[in-house]
Amino acid sequence: MTPFARRALLFTPFALAAMGGAGFYGMLQGMKTGEYNPRGVPSALIGRPPPDFTLPALEDAGVPAFGSAELRNLSGPVLVNFWASWCVPCIIEHPQLMRLQRDGVPVLGIAYKDRPADSLRFLRQHGNPFRMLAKDEPGRVAIDWGVYGVPETYLLDRQGLIRWRFAGPITQEVLDQDIRPLLRRWA
Amino acid sequence: MGFWRRAAPGSDERGCKGPLPLARVQGQRPWRSARRGLAALALLILLPLHAHAVGNPADMLPDPVQEERARNLGRDIRCMVCQNQSIEDSEVGLARDLRLIVRERITAGDSDADIKQFLHARYGDFVLLKPPFAWNTAVLWATPVVAVLCGLGLILVMRRRAAQAHAAPPPLTEEERRRLAALGLPPDRDGTRA
Repeated sequence: MTPFARRALLFTPFALAAMGGAGFYGMLQGMKTGEYNPRGVPSALIGRPPPDFTLPALEDAGVPAFGSAELRNLSGPVLVNFWASWCVPCIIEHPQLMRLQRDGVPVLGIAYKDRPADSLRFLRQHGNPFRMLAKDEPGRVAIDWGVYGVPETYLLDRQGLIRWRFAGPITQEVLDQDIRPLLRRWA
Repeated sequence: MGFWRRAAPGSDERGCKGPLPLARVQGQRPWRSARRGLAALALLILLPLHAHAVGNPADMLPDPVQEERARNLGRDIRCMVCQNQSIEDSEVGLARDLRLIVRERITAGDSDADIKQFLHARYGDFVLLKPPFAWNTAVLWATPVVAVLCGLGLILVMRRRAAQAHAAPPPLTEEERRRLAALGLPPDRDGTRA
């Protein structure tokens, strides 16, 4: 073995450890800024239409229900938001949904495993950001979408294909850094 | 699962079953409740051995063969909420929904592969605790093989080097023997140094 090879071999473990450390540091930084979520799971439905479904309306909410039929030919991108009155992060994201509604973005809601009376109380208290609203009390349609918690938000393009899925509350940062650019991109 | 808050049935010297009056347990013989606490602790330690499936026994299939199939299948399905548990081990609502779906599909006559396909179409590779072999999981699957091959290679190299270090030197040539003889030194029979 040449002296150079010997020296290279000596430094290999250090180089590997340094690379691992750099990767780990990057992950920690990403977790701090919210760019990297170790529990995040990519949706299996990206680039595909949503599953076929029909759901009942939430009575007295004043907005119609919707199903997969309403998600086929759209005039622009829409957001589909799974939420529940018992879900605390849903309260965090609510102002952002209200802002999207004021900006004219169609936000469609699906109340997940919630009592209708509780859903209504939540909307009366915090405002109704949803243009259409359905209820999924058994939670089976949500499973067809691949939902694994609330809140969860899907962005559909004008052809009705799922382009983006976000599991967690829509914060101001998510709104500015993800949703607004995506709405422009798929407009 | 509040069984440790109750005395074990039949443990009372009166032969009573069911909970003891609280005053007796607390007041008269404190060592007794301590012993009971120890027994409960022992039971708690033993509990994981028996608690293979959580949840409502009413959710189980009436056919034990089908139920066994559902449990085996459920152990390969990840609970998306707890993420390091299977749906058979998790008490989360979504895990229960998925357990019920697995049982519904089994009753409907679906094969195990059909059911996994059903869940995979909704939740992707992550829902399978044993991910399928594909281009994006190749590194994952290849890592142990590569590690073993690297190890074997390393062993081979080291053995060869050790063999070289211990190898006998080549036998003396005719020329060397003559030179040794000229110096008056006895050459060994096979030419090695003694």
